[in-house]
Amino acid sequence: MLKIQDLHATVGGAEILKGLTLEVPTGEVHAIMGPNGAGKSTLSYVLTGREGYEVTAGSATLDGEDLLAQEPNERAARGVFLSFQYPLEIPGVPALTFIRTALNAQRKARGEPEITAPQFLKLAREKSAALKMDFDMLKRGLNVGFSGGEKKRMEILQMSMLEPRLLLLDETDSGLDIDALRIVSEGVNALRSPERSALVITHYQRLLDYIKPDRVHVLSAGRIVASGGPELALELEREGYDRYARAA
Amino acid sequence: MSLAAAIATRDADALPSRRDEDWRWTDLRGLIRTVPAPSAPLAAEAIEPGPFAGLAARALTLANGRGDAAVEIAADQVVALDVVSQGDGSHAASLQVTVAPGVKATLLETYRGAGSYLAHTALAIRLGEGATLERIVLTLEDPESVAVSQAEVELSAQAELVQTTVTFGARRQRLETRVSHPGGHAKLRLDGAYLLAGKRHADLTTAVTHAGLHGETDQLTKGVVRDQARGVFQGRIVVAEGADHTEARMGHHALVLSDHAEVDAKPELEIYADDVSCAHGNTVGALDEEALFYIRQRGVPEAEARALLVEAFVGEVIDRIDHDGAREVARAWAARKLGGRGAAPGMGTDRDL
Repeated sequence: MLKIQDLHATVGGAEILKGLTLEVPTGEVHAIMGPNGAGKSTLSYVLTGREGYEVTAGSATLDGEDLLAQEPNERAARGVFLSFQYPLEIPGVPALTFIRTALNAQRKARGEPEITAPQFLKLAREKSAALKMDFDMLKRGLNVGFSGGEKKRMEILQMSMLEPRLLLLDETDSGLDIDALRIVSEGVNALRSPERSALVITHYQRLLDYIKPDRVHVLSAGRIVASGGPELALELEREGYDRYARAA
Repeated sequence: MSLAAAIATRDADALPSRRDEDWRWTDLRGLIRTVPAPSAPLAAEAIEPGPFAGLAARALTLANGRGDAAVEIAADQVVALDVVSQGDGSHAASLQVTVAPGVKATLLETYRGAGSYLAHTALAIRLGEGATLERIVLTLEDPESVAVSQAEVELSAQAELVQTTVTFGARRQRLETRVSHPGGHAKLRLDGAYLLAGKRHADLTTAVTHAGLHGETDQLTKGVVRDQARGVFQGRIVVAEGADHTEARMGHHALVLSDHAEVDAKPELEIYADDVSCAHGNTVGALDEEALFYIRQRGVPEAEARALLVEAFVGEVIDRIDHDGAREVARAWAARKLGGRGAAPGMGTDRDL
């Protein structure tokens, strides 16, 4: 279970998260919706330990373990995966090399044996086929020359190969057409399991037609100002964020 | 001013200095007060096999300045040239390499040593008409040594030189290549990579003169410096009057990984012909922090993530090496320097970058 309590965080001296409290029980998918500037991306970066995002108060734990004290790679090895809104291009590092390096680093950190080359290639072929990706793309520099949709698919591929316990999806629908949105959502849905939880961060309700959340939270001005069932997302789509902006 | 003359006469005043425009970033006069005594001869048994041992059909050695003076490559073959320095003396050698017309050859060149020697190597390389030479230069000089290698290359029509230099520097090191390019559909690729740590210094200087119609030059140099290391890139391409339809590209890109490391770059294109296609790009910067975070978020520890990015950066140059065996040796050396993953053959116990 992800448990965030009274989290305060600053970026460049400005307080962005102002007492955020949230629980995502294991096995559940929660959505965080909110207007631009509410702190959605900040939350995902604070949970993953990006430099420049300073926690000034509060806590965040995953299954009782303090996340905030760990290095970004330690959090990843413990199962935190962030699907980036804008995945990075890394020329010179083929996607296959990148994912294998990540997978083995995580295994090493957990005291598990490294995956062998044949096992890895078999896994990569299976998972990329499920996402309807051209396997040859995985031999090229990571995300270099990829379209927005291909980059998001690459994020989901990494997620399905690294098998995290906590998925953080930051605006995964941005830049996707309907077909790509469906494929990416199917990829995420395939990962839903009783052992895994997910936090879907989105501005629009559209993504939630495909990834059905158990709970929806409204983030405004650095705090959760409302929580409810999936119907809350539809209400936000109809009526906008205005009344929550005022409430904050 | 010339290093060879300074070594021959033991006259320190003859050393190239910062007053020579072409040597202003690699000042030898300011570093060396007296030219050391001549190096003693080296016994063949004292020389360990180099990193390219086993890849070549023919092996040449210049040991403390002594060895062959000329070699002619008359049939398609791979030749290794191992330039070895040991001790604290000074020595100079010169070698003439001729590639016969139409021959496809590979020259695997290494510079290595132990000691605070002062070494100079002069190469005169001549490619006959339609000859192809891939020249790969790998250096692992002593951190206390001063070493200069100067190659004068003469291309003929339709000849092709493909050159890649991979260096880890020395106390002061200069690797210079001057190419006289006749045009006539001759092709030149001049690549380089420098990976420098500690107080090492490497200077990659190239000068290409296009004298005739239809010549091509493609140059890519990449460097990584950290600690108090210093990288120098001086690239000059001259397209003479009448050398129309010349195509020339020059790129130099460097990563500076610490506050006290330094990169000095002087790319120069001088064009006196009318109808040419020439371009150059030069960038010096730090590692991309966003990419670093992305890699770490996937579970890779920081040091390994940095090494991965640096390796990828330099990898672009190493990937362009045509000779499979030499490319893998160069890659293993670079990886060993960057991440310390496994030993590379022939590398000895040199420190990591």
